[in-house]
Amino acid sequence: MSEERVPGFSTLAIHAGAQPDPTTGARATPIYQTTSYVFDDVDHAAALFGLQTFGNIYTRIGNPTCAVLEERVAALEGGTAALAVASGHAAQLIILHTLLEPGDEFIAARQLYGGSINQFNHSFKKFGWNVVWADVDDISSFENAVTPKTKAIFIESIANPGGIVTDMEAIAKVARRAGVPLIVDNTLATPYLCKPIEHGADIVVHSLTKFIGGHGNSIGGIIVDGGTFNWSREGRYPTLSEPCESYQGMVLHETFGNFAFAIACRVLGLRDLGPAMSPFNAFLILTGCETLPLRMQTHSDNALAVAEYLSDHPKVSWVSYAGLPGDRHHTLAKRYTPKGAGAVLTFGVRGGYDAGVKLVSSVELFSHLANLGDTRSLIIHPASTTHRQLADAQKTSAGAGPDVVRLSVGIEDKDDIIADLDQALDKID
Amino acid sequence: MNHDRYPDAYIRGILDSVKTIAMVGASAKDVRPSYLAMKYLLQKGFDVIPVNPGQVGKELLGQKVYASLAELPHPVDMVEIFRSSEHAGAVVEEALALTPPPKVIWMQLGVRNDEAAERAEAEGIQVVMDRCPKIEYGRLSGEIAWAGVNTRTLSSRRPTLSGTGVQHLSLRKPKSSPDE
Ligand SMILES: Cc1ncc(COP(=O)(O)O)c(C=O)c1O
Repeated sequence: MSEERVPGFSTLAIHAGAQPDPTTGARATPIYQTTSYVFDDVDHAAALFGLQTFGNIYTRIGNPTCAVLEERVAALEGGTAALAVASGHAAQLIILHTLLEPGDEFIAARQLYGGSINQFNHSFKKFGWNVVWADVDDISSFENAVTPKTKAIFIESIANPGGIVTDMEAIAKVARRAGVPLIVDNTLATPYLCKPIEHGADIVVHSLTKFIGGHGNSIGGIIVDGGTFNWSREGRYPTLSEPCESYQGMVLHETFGNFAFAIACRVLGLRDLGPAMSPFNAFLILTGCETLPLRMQTHSDNALAVAEYLSDHPKVSWVSYAGLPGDRHHTLAKRYTPKGAGAVLTFGVRGGYDAGVKLVSSVELFSHLANLGDTRSLIIHPASTTHRQLADAQKTSAGAGPDVVRLSVGIEDKDDIIADLDQALDKID
Repeated sequence: MNHDRYPDAYIRGILDSVKTIAMVGASAKDVRPSYLAMKYLLQKGFDVIPVNPGQVGKELLGQKVYASLAELPHPVDMVEIFRSSEHAGAVVEEALALTPPPKVIWMQLGVRNDEAAERAEAEGIQVVMDRCPKIEYGRLSGEIAWAGVNTRTLSSRRPTLSGTGVQHLSLRKPKSSPDE
């Protein structure tokens, strides 16, 4: 392949990061199911521990199977480097651990996955990382939330649960003015539908558990370094710009340039906090990744067909899917996700709570469970499951009112998906 | 040469052909980028001569330190500059005054002096700026991918082990057939 040609997305989804194995010639990426790696001699060991040379030491810090996944996703997102970890939540933990000191603040969109809202509101507060909430439908709320203690802004490109597309470029401007990196959770869109770095993101994070793995078999997360942020300009990110005590005074930004953030996440965050990805999970996720463009297009096409079907159904009061013309986020969807608005949508069933329960109890093809981004179609009624413990008013403000149903539309035949919803909606009186 | 974006073939060609490197601004501190680069390049088989007036008479990583390029005991293929962008100009002048001059002048990551680069290129010297030779070697050999870095290269050919231990890949292009 000529070196100046830039490979297309589908080529990268299959090849990026994965050369044949240098010792055996194995073409599929081997599962390096090992905890550790022998050193050539003591000098080699010292050079590895001192970050003086490249290589593997211990799978908590790096693993050759995980490394292929890291390069693969970095290439798909257009980043400089990546770090795969045990889950999407672990990725978020390591990112903020690298950026924040106790007492610092970060701004986060209110429109986030519920698990992230919990993580930020409760667990991260215990570390002294204080979240300040803002609203993606009102960009000035981000502007107004900036203080001298702000160290980052966190948003989702397409927000879970369903329907909301974020105006990333507008929020990237706020981040640039504030001198802080913009972190984008790109889980629901995947780089096939949208590449946040092209819209001003400095760091991209994924729950690989969802569409990139895509088959509902492995939990995983990844941090992608956009290589775009200058960590040393104002000295506000000492982990990157100051001599690092546990590496004899090495300055990570000066040493690793535009991939220093990913290195810091690995050699400090992952080394010390410990949520490493299993090589076996990396292998399964890599296999899923090869078909990402095919799956994501089918997910989006099927979801649009389902959204259109539901919009016309008498037992459905509303549908929230940015791919639908007329949806309040449709203009943003056309700009940021022109190939499709993803697999996830929410809608309201007439008859409220009981109707929602009846629907999830009546589906046959859809699986009733708390995940999304599987090849299979998935359904959940948040009010009776994930948001059960909240008061009614809280449920509604979290987008989990009694009538709300969330779908993650799979890649089965769309007629079968619609037929299953049709027979289940029929059972509601 | 467009110094914003180098073709991989240009960098590979340089790293594949130079053997002796004078490293101006080589530090004795083992966490400085110049020290790391020197150690890595020595390990990859390059002959690296440190140049640093503050360290004259001492050895760095087993190599004798010289005060200036003019005092080098023999010609070098490449001069690598670990000085600030403004000081790089004077180092390029010194390099151009050598007989024979180096074939390559390389300025470290963060160092860029377009005016000096133009003068060197006018003399037929290849110039690289704002790049680290350790990172570039790691990227083009594939070693840096172990750190999750995007090498921006694709190949279905088997990488070449350098023969000095398992965790060392060579810069040589992967072979097209097993018995080539
Ligand atoms: C948008 C989004 N971000 C993050 C996560 C957390 O990922 P994980 O479950 O892999 O920790 C999820 C999981 O549902 C998600 O949907």
